[in-house]
Amino acid sequence: MTTDTPMGDPNAQRPSGAAATDLAIELIGINKRFGAVHANRDIDLKIRRGTVHGIVGENGAGKSTLMSILYGFYTADSGEIRVNGTPHAITDSRHALALGIGMVHQHFMLVDNFSILENVVLGAEDSAMLGPSLARARGELTRLAKEYRLDVDPDAIIEDVSVGTQQRVEILKALYRGADVLILDEPTGVLTPAEADDLFRVLETLREQGKTIILITHKLREIMAITDYVSVMRQGAMVDTLKTSETNPEELAELMVGRRVLLRVDKTPARPGETFLAVENLVVKDDLGVTRVKDVSFTVRAGEIVGIAGVAGNGQSELLESVSGMRDQQSGTVRLKGTPLSLEGDDGAHRARKAGLAHVPEDRQRMGLVVAFEEWENAMLGYEDDRAYGKGVLLDIPAARARARERIQQFDIRPDNERLKTANFSGGNQQKIVLAREMSSNPDVLIVGQPTRGVDIGAIEFIHNQIIKMRDAGKAILLVSVELDEIRSLADRILVMFDGHIVGEADPATATERELGLMMAGVSGKADAPAAEGTAT
Amino acid sequence: MDLALILSTLDATLRLSTPLLLACLAGMYSERSGVFDIGLEGKMLMAAFAAAAAASVFHSVWIGLAAGLLVSIATAALQGAAAISLKGNQLIAGTAINMLAAGLTTFLGIQWFAQGGRTPQLQAGERFTDITLPFAEELRGIPVLGQIYHDLISGHNLLVYVAFLAVPITWFVLFRTRFGLRLRAVGENPKAVDTAGISVIKLRYQAVLITGLLCGFAGAFFSIAQGSGFGNNMTAGKGFIALAALIFAKWKPVPAMFTCLLFGFLDALQIRLQSARIGGFEVPVQAIQALPYVLTVVLLAGFIGKAVGPKAGGVPYTKER
Repeated sequence: MTTDTPMGDPNAQRPSGAAATDLAIELIGINKRFGAVHANRDIDLKIRRGTVHGIVGENGAGKSTLMSILYGFYTADSGEIRVNGTPHAITDSRHALALGIGMVHQHFMLVDNFSILENVVLGAEDSAMLGPSLARARGELTRLAKEYRLDVDPDAIIEDVSVGTQQRVEILKALYRGADVLILDEPTGVLTPAEADDLFRVLETLREQGKTIILITHKLREIMAITDYVSVMRQGAMVDTLKTSETNPEELAELMVGRRVLLRVDKTPARPGETFLAVENLVVKDDLGVTRVKDVSFTVRAGEIVGIAGVAGNGQSELLESVSGMRDQQSGTVRLKGTPLSLEGDDGAHRARKAGLAHVPEDRQRMGLVVAFEEWENAMLGYEDDRAYGKGVLLDIPAARARARERIQQFDIRPDNERLKTANFSGGNQQKIVLAREMSSNPDVLIVGQPTRGVDIGAIEFIHNQIIKMRDAGKAILLVSVELDEIRSLADRILVMFDGHIVGEADPATATERELGLMMAGVSGKADAPAAEGTAT
Repeated sequence: MDLALILSTLDATLRLSTPLLLACLAGMYSERSGVFDIGLEGKMLMAAFAAAAAASVFHSVWIGLAAGLLVSIATAALQGAAAISLKGNQLIAGTAINMLAAGLTTFLGIQWFAQGGRTPQLQAGERFTDITLPFAEELRGIPVLGQIYHDLISGHNLLVYVAFLAVPITWFVLFRTRFGLRLRAVGENPKAVDTAGISVIKLRYQAVLITGLLCGFAGAFFSIAQGSGFGNNMTAGKGFIALAALIFAKWKPVPAMFTCLLFGFLDALQIRLQSARIGGFEVPVQAIQALPYVLTVVLLAGFIGKAVGPKAGGVPYTKER
């Protein structure tokens, strides 16, 4: 918290010439429609200067739209924006920047093959010639680095630096342009826990220096940890604004979803049976020929969920793709109930399915669904040669649609219309379509990648419960997720992957986030978890 | 081989590289901004025709050049409207320009000049003639260096010098100016440019118009500098070879120059080799003439390695929801 800045007296901190208000930003009656979708309806929001203000809400609640309006990326249909008490019609990003509003986007707006310096200067050049601008920016970066503890190498190329550093560059870009109000959209989604902690330290420093920070996130833990105030949005409307110290995650979740939500996963201890899935000395290369999975061995038993934790890009994707038959392995064996699976070739995934190994891929839109298809078509994709969908060459379309309808009921997929184009379902419902399809085949082993990426809190609860139900039915489940909270609450055993190796195993009941975080960063958290060969079985 | 023969081959190399180099640099602006340009050929052809037609009607090489540049820029603007504003497929927009140019130049040529699509033979003053650089004659006597200056450097038409001057200018614009920084950024990640408060559309139009300007010089070179009048399809696929050179040079100005010189050299060699005999067997002229094209294919397929173009190339920019 701010201790040495006189937060109680807003006048003491106000920049000279600003109106007499302690509000940095005030939004009044903001409306925005995209066709039939009313993305923002009559939004009122007050942001106090020198605070960290969180905005939470499910996907599609309108948080990003609202911030895009504030940042000038969209223009509101109606409503007023006041910056430091003065109304402004913000027409574009340049205008917002001139008013001191900077944004750090969820997907970084950086040019990959430019240096950090060039990225900072882009769009904020002083003159037609680059030389003087670059020289000034270099000096300015040194000053900002000192003031806000944001060290970067100005000459490093963006594609060579870590995601955490790229985010620092985004923050530096905003500060270089003189931002007083900094909007961060889901800033920790791509960070390791250690990087996220770094980010929070930076945000605290920024707040101490009098900057105002708006933090958009769906992680309630972060809201509780760093914000002073929190606003909750639901279905395009502003539900409430609360003082963070006077609320709790349960209350926020309820406000977000509109009903009570269980944040913890309710499950009984696992009763593991025989080994269903055994992976032995697996080596996998990616499309560029780089070895991504390096001699990995592990087992998953019936009735247990094994979670693979790790920062994105440490070989988990290739591991999943290989075990499910989508990617050829260099060497190693995958056994299903003791029998080695032949997964090579283009029909590897098909044979894996036939053998009883179902797969919910990480990227549902690219690998799990054909989004241009109607729901019922996706509901049978991959199983379309099943006898239930017709004998011979013809499909039994009424039967297929009837089965799709059944699952829509079972999995509470909304809207309940099997003839709707899949692209028109929300992320959570698309995920349910994939999950329903794969679970209905009654597999022995279910491999799930990122089950709740981009999924609403309400749907997350449902999906988690379905996975637990599978486990309790005696299936073996391999779960890969970059959400550490998800792994910790779902898995019965956690394997941590770093640089293609399994660097450690942890018990979710006892492992602390710090221990896991260290392992994920390649620093062994435990003395008994050697970081060399991953043979955690 | 004696020095004179080498110099005359290199001299021809410079001349033959010129239109390639101009077109290649033209494409560089457009493609660096994220607009693939397969229509270099068409813009050159339009410029070649307009330059020759205007020069012959108004009896002025300068009016010819101006007409060539204007028509090429207008054609580029048309292509830009399709590919940038209307968000059409860039390859199809370029192909359409090529087809339009091939048809329109022939049609107008026959309509206006009634010489089977040709424009009238240009007279002195209606075309660019070779320039003798200062002291070329005086220095000629100095062995090697003087000879190189007189035979190789001096004695080309204005557009050859324009082409080679455009190389350092392009390098400077791309890498040392604000415009260049933004141009390169918009071809890599237009959203980054948009969120920085710069208009993606405007930047891309600027790039495409510069492409038009340089294609104008390239086209004019064919009809009012190298040749003396327009003939059907006189650009003969050079726009596509320039495109190949652009990829081979990985969208960089100086490598682009050397690539174009290489292609020009192959062309020059081809002319020298036309009556060549290998062991008493006369090589067919067609085989020799095909050599530069064959080598283009071989170079592109075999030696280029991984050519990664501007990341956002080929994709019209839309603000998405």
